[in-house]
Amino acid sequence: MDKNILLDIHDLHASVDGKEILKGINLRVNEGEVHAIMGPNGSGKSTLSMVLAGAPGYSVTAGSVDFHGKQLLELSPEDRSHEGLFLSFQYPVEIPGVSMVNFMRAAVNEKRKYFNEPQLSASDFLKLMRQKRAIVELDNKLASRSVNEGFSGGEKKRNEIFQMAVLEPRLSILDETDSGLDIDALRIVAGGVNKLKTDRNATIVITHYQRLLDYIKPDFVHVLYKGRIVKTAGPELALELEEKGYDWLKQNENQD
Amino acid sequence: MGSLSQYTDIYRDHREALDGHSDPVINAMRAEAYEALKGKELPDRHTEGYEKTSIEEMMAPDFGLNINRVNIPVDVAASFHCGVPNMSTLLGIVVNDSFHPVGTMLSRLPDGVIYGSLAKAAAEHPELVGRYYGKVASLDSATTALNTMLVQDGVFIYVPKSVALEKPLQLVNIFSSPTPLMAIRRVLIVMEEGASAQLLVCDHTQDCAQKYLSSQIVEIALNANSRLDYYDLEESGEGTARCSSIYARQESGSSLLINGMTLSCGNTRNDYAIEIAGDGCDTLLAGMAIASGHQHIDNNSSVNHRGSHCHSRQLFKYVLDDDASGAFEGGIVVNEGAVMTEAYQSDRNLLASTGAKMHTKPQLLIYCDDVKCSHGATTGQLDQEALFYMRSRGIGEKMARTMLMQAFMSEVIDTVRMEGLRERLHMLVEKRFHGQQSFCGDCASGCASVKKQ
Repeated sequence: MDKNILLDIHDLHASVDGKEILKGINLRVNEGEVHAIMGPNGSGKSTLSMVLAGAPGYSVTAGSVDFHGKQLLELSPEDRSHEGLFLSFQYPVEIPGVSMVNFMRAAVNEKRKYFNEPQLSASDFLKLMRQKRAIVELDNKLASRSVNEGFSGGEKKRNEIFQMAVLEPRLSILDETDSGLDIDALRIVAGGVNKLKTDRNATIVITHYQRLLDYIKPDFVHVLYKGRIVKTAGPELALELEEKGYDWLKQNENQD
Repeated sequence: MGSLSQYTDIYRDHREALDGHSDPVINAMRAEAYEALKGKELPDRHTEGYEKTSIEEMMAPDFGLNINRVNIPVDVAASFHCGVPNMSTLLGIVVNDSFHPVGTMLSRLPDGVIYGSLAKAAAEHPELVGRYYGKVASLDSATTALNTMLVQDGVFIYVPKSVALEKPLQLVNIFSSPTPLMAIRRVLIVMEEGASAQLLVCDHTQDCAQKYLSSQIVEIALNANSRLDYYDLEESGEGTARCSSIYARQESGSSLLINGMTLSCGNTRNDYAIEIAGDGCDTLLAGMAIASGHQHIDNNSSVNHRGSHCHSRQLFKYVLDDDASGAFEGGIVVNEGAVMTEAYQSDRNLLASTGAKMHTKPQLLIYCDDVKCSHGATTGQLDQEALFYMRSRGIGEKMARTMLMQAFMSEVIDTVRMEGLRERLHMLVEKRFHGQQSFCGDCASGCASVKKQ
């Protein structure tokens, strides 16, 4: 049986402050797949994730993104979330004064409202929180604090995966989720991502290093360089990159 | 000719009526106040400290004064009910300027505690009231002198030595008049040595379409080691103008919390003048201002350190939307001899629209070595990164903005030490930012039932 296409990026160009960063990205992600996007610093990896999530300050100058039949770029950031897109931030934002509980309650209920479903009752909501916290072993104490405020680096990343677990996205983009994690935290975070994997959803893992890919096994590895995907292969590409670095790819690319 | 003359005329022409419906202790100050006003004008935008609020203009219309004190609907008090859950208070109501105890309040006051009409207290305890009345406030201020010249009644609160009032006192100021009205109100609070109390003052307008003006002077005398938590909550209509001054004098070891919260208003000017006379005092002056439409809020503070080893903190936050305007001028003065002072001031403001305006002017004057002082003022917009983070989790822009504005104010609300009130305030602020009428639930129904009568 053919897999359904979840995300189809076609010739995507985007710029920041008038400077073109993405120069024609093409990428197709099917349900059930894990894609890794690797590449040297400044190649446009984070820009791609921010553009897909709809961050202000990034302007799309050409191209299209189809997300299970919807034109993703026409949706507001909140509607992209409702439609099943989730970005795990490289730098999760601290929001003093907004408690995790209120934050998640708002997120859950706004999504339900979007699909004309009734608001979750207080007890059902708390039950949901308890279940999802267990997936990333997030301490209950953090739930009563302000969003990400005073969280350690590891706690912030676990909190991202916790939110992902609650929102049950169709497509998760993990932007440098491994940065700032020690080996134990990395295992917990990766374990959480793997537990959430189904044959209906998909994951894009953006990373510098092979390390995270030992825990989250990709089906495809893409190399992003100077705003374009210059190479796509199976998981063995990540190992090759780890061994040789990016220079051999850069040389190939620059010869073209 | 400024608008002050219409008030001095009233004094000259109606001296007998003013005196006749008040008490000799209050009447005794009128002449001095009148003298203090000679050659003065009410402050306008050219007056230093009033650049953004003209009292001259605020007081120019002829609002009408009820100096013969007729038609005071005393049944208002009986029907009033403040429904803040988990908060049981000893409640008194000031309708325009006259005090009414609610229910069995008076019989529930501990021995020696006085909470009632200022004129009545002055008649019963002339020596006590005379010792403090007009002694904390300064007649150098034209608005204070005007109030002193014309005031006839108000509220007196007295907590005797070492008495700790367990239940909070609540004072609800209501305007009730079918025609425009000016109310001249006065509150005198005396905390004897080691006494402690909490007071919640709620300012309401019953008929938001009507034009009202209030001149309110509060004098607080904190004797040694006494403590007062004073919450001042304004929820009035756009037609209401408020000119309020709170004066406090702190003796050694006393502790004062003032939290002035403006949830809705018309044109409001609040002055805070805190004189820290004794050593080892603690002062927290907080303010929260939320304004939309064409509402205007101007807070002016001055914390004057004279004693040593005192700690003061000022925290003011504004959220201004639509075409609302705000002003803040905050002063700290550390006088010679006020060694080991710690004095901090922070004013942070959010502009939620391009039409909203904020003017802030922090000031710090230090005449003493060996002190720790700081002040800071910021005016900005909502954190765009936080806003995007929330939207990326599916929280719509409007709700995300509301949540962030609420979060911004939580720092001020959390200074409230009465738990029931704190929770209620979080809710009221949430409703306010959602654009709903914020008039507190049962309290509004109380007003509604008054209206029907």
